[in-house]
Amino acid sequence: MTLTELLLMMFGAILVENFIFSKFYGCCPFLGVSEKPDTALGMGMAVTFVMTLSGAVTWCVYTFLLVSFELTYLKTIAFILIIAALVQFIEMFLRKYIPALYSALGIYLPLITTNCAVLSAALLSIQNDYGFVETVCFCFASALGFTLAIVVFAGVRVRLRFANPPRAFRGFPLTLLAAGLLAMAFSGFSGMSFR
Amino acid sequence: MNWNAVLIPMGIFAGLGLVFGLILAIASRLFAVKIDPRVPQVMEQLPGANCGGCGYSGCAALADAIVRGDAKPTACTVCDAAATEQIGKIMGVETGKKVRRRAQIMCSGMGGNAHLKYRYAGAKDCIAAAKLGGGDKMCPNGCIGLGTCAASCMFDAIHMVEGAAIVDYEKCVGCGTCVTNCPKNLIELIPYDAKYWVGCRTALPGKITRTLCDAGCISCKLCVKTCEADAITVDSFGAHIDYEKCVACGKCVEKCPRHIIKSGEIPQKDA
Repeated sequence: MTLTELLLMMFGAILVENFIFSKFYGCCPFLGVSEKPDTALGMGMAVTFVMTLSGAVTWCVYTFLLVSFELTYLKTIAFILIIAALVQFIEMFLRKYIPALYSALGIYLPLITTNCAVLSAALLSIQNDYGFVETVCFCFASALGFTLAIVVFAGVRVRLRFANPPRAFRGFPLTLLAAGLLAMAFSGFSGMSFR
Repeated sequence: MNWNAVLIPMGIFAGLGLVFGLILAIASRLFAVKIDPRVPQVMEQLPGANCGGCGYSGCAALADAIVRGDAKPTACTVCDAAATEQIGKIMGVETGKKVRRRAQIMCSGMGGNAHLKYRYAGAKDCIAAAKLGGGDKMCPNGCIGLGTCAASCMFDAIHMVEGAAIVDYEKCVGCGTCVTNCPKNLIELIPYDAKYWVGCRTALPGKITRTLCDAGCISCKLCVKTCEADAITVDSFGAHIDYEKCVACGKCVEKCPRHIIKSGEIPQKDA
């Protein structure tokens, strides 16, 4: 992959194949942690951090361990194990050495253990036969797309607070409708193809 | 049956688990951060509602702050006297008697008393309305009555009844969320058993208040003169009750020419 192709792939991962709006991965944090833009940004940063690192580690384990023992059919469970352990490790590391970041990420860090977007980023890069650098770039870009989506949506939700919808739409129904509309807006990118 | 097809993956996954387990075990030793044993103890006493009434992001953050000494052991507004005392014991300090407080909306302008500036037809939210010339009431300290306090209350203790925010004293825990959310700063936390309050927060001379509202405090000081306990003061403009001194005799209620010293039946319950 040349540098141009790499950049195009990253651009595609952020906008065209946005994890939330076109693939529907990571919807639970997307709906759960998008009440305020600053917490949404915190979640996005935490996901970016973990997704990039887990992409690198899972690629190594897959290529050097699972492929050589012909155990590729067990990659899902192996990746879950790796991500859970990695998140735990990162949490301990941050707590000791970067307490400021640790307290900023707060509860979101352990929540990422069960974030399907992280797992799917790792699985997708295997599916697409990416090399190490491409995997890391793909995971990073996907996480950026996730961050973009959650922050934009948090901005929408701040405005929704002033709305006066019919009683039946209050709360989550309206939130889901807004998410759907936002996804439709993002589908405008879907015509673009770089392959 | 090919046992290798089962044993090799099992072995590899056991190995993976073992390696990760070992790394984590070593890491937990290596990156160990000393946690004050009092933090989980205090945490146990806190209600765990994560309401944010104390000003921290949640109960865990407050427990941390109490142990660090940044917050007082009484900082939690929700937990009862027994739990507060327990926290005091853990911290080794005397907490004293905790006064349960409740929210009260200090305005009598509902029901057409307050004169209107314009007819507001925007979003049903006081903060949004306050952005438009300070709300629809002439009085700069008038309740807009769109229920931002009721919406902000996490304990379902404030309800809008005919344009007036009514506090359910039983449910109110005195967390103060409504106090910070009211754009007009009309809500005050007063002692739970306070029977009387001044239903006006005007900061203007009586003559002007009279033109703005039919029920505003005109700073006539009749209540000050009537009060035998010296509990009422009129600082610049608008009467205020000092609950440390108030003996709840109720004489001011009768004297007030604007009928804005109000009383409420407080359900008797241990604070």
